[in-house]
Amino acid sequence: MKIVKIILLVLLVAFVGLQFVPTALNTSDVVPKTDFMMVNNVPEIIKNKLQVSCYDCHSNNTAYPWYNKIQPVAWILEDHIKKGKDELNFSEWDLLSSRRKASKLRSIIKQIESNEMPLESYTLIHRNALFSLVEKQKIIEYISELKNNL
Amino acid sequence: MSIVVMLLLVVSSTNAQEKNEINDAKAEAILADYFMLKDALVADDSKKAAQTGATLVISLKAFNMSSFTADEQKELIDIIEDATEHAEHIAKSPLGHQREHFKTLSKDILDLVAITGTKNTLYQQFCPMYDKGSAWLSMSNEVRNPYYGSKMLKCGKVQKTIN
Repeated sequence: MKIVKIILLVLLVAFVGLQFVPTALNTSDVVPKTDFMMVNNVPEIIKNKLQVSCYDCHSNNTAYPWYNKIQPVAWILEDHIKKGKDELNFSEWDLLSSRRKASKLRSIIKQIESNEMPLESYTLIHRNALFSLVEKQKIIEYISELKNNL
Repeated sequence: MSIVVMLLLVVSSTNAQEKNEINDAKAEAILADYFMLKDALVADDSKKAAQTGATLVISLKAFNMSSFTADEQKELIDIIEDATEHAEHIAKSPLGHQREHFKTLSKDILDLVAITGTKNTLYQQFCPMYDKGSAWLSMSNEVRNPYYGSKMLKCGKVQKTIN
């Protein structure tokens, strides 16, 4: 019994200690000129959906949930966002060449088509990030059009 | 170490002919890895495809483009950046994904060869069924489909002969 108490105490101290470890926030006040939304004439409906479903991990501006204030959650999110931005960063869209854009657009289509994006772990909490069948079809149509017009 | 590097630079810059051969060898190295990858996909061998994808990343990064014009270099940098990303994904994805990335990778390699040339005869092959039509390169004119493997091994045709 005593050992359980000690373990719990150690865990508690570690948890409290963790809270003091800082993490860098992925936020920005300005939408850069290179942003996907700035260089493409994105229909409002699609714009909102991309913003809600993709931009948290695929842009320079994350709308953080309250639990990002708690460690180790903040670290996990930071890691997700870093990986997401490495794959695709909508904020820096226009820095890509036509070839790279075509590649990325193709991957976006494939990921959405196969329901791999948005991630299940994300939509579990962000229910409004889920794509309805119609939304999914509209977005794929729009992205395909962009790709064909490159 | 730096002396060795300098010596290498001197040797390679004083002998343009030799330098070209080195560069050719690098483009051939990329192609060799690409063909190993293609064969792994033909064989439905995801593990082998992942390994060859990783090797391809290395040969892409090692590619020396110094003998090309500025315009060509710009294009080559773009191609290699794109191809590297697809090869990286192939190195860590399941078979279905590997094939998706192989499609775009094949386009990159086709464009690369158009600039670098190659000493071998290559065949651009095409499968009209996979993802609204997809091309790939092969050393043989016999069709062995990397997008479907054993499911539809011989689906496709030779579209173009290169060299």
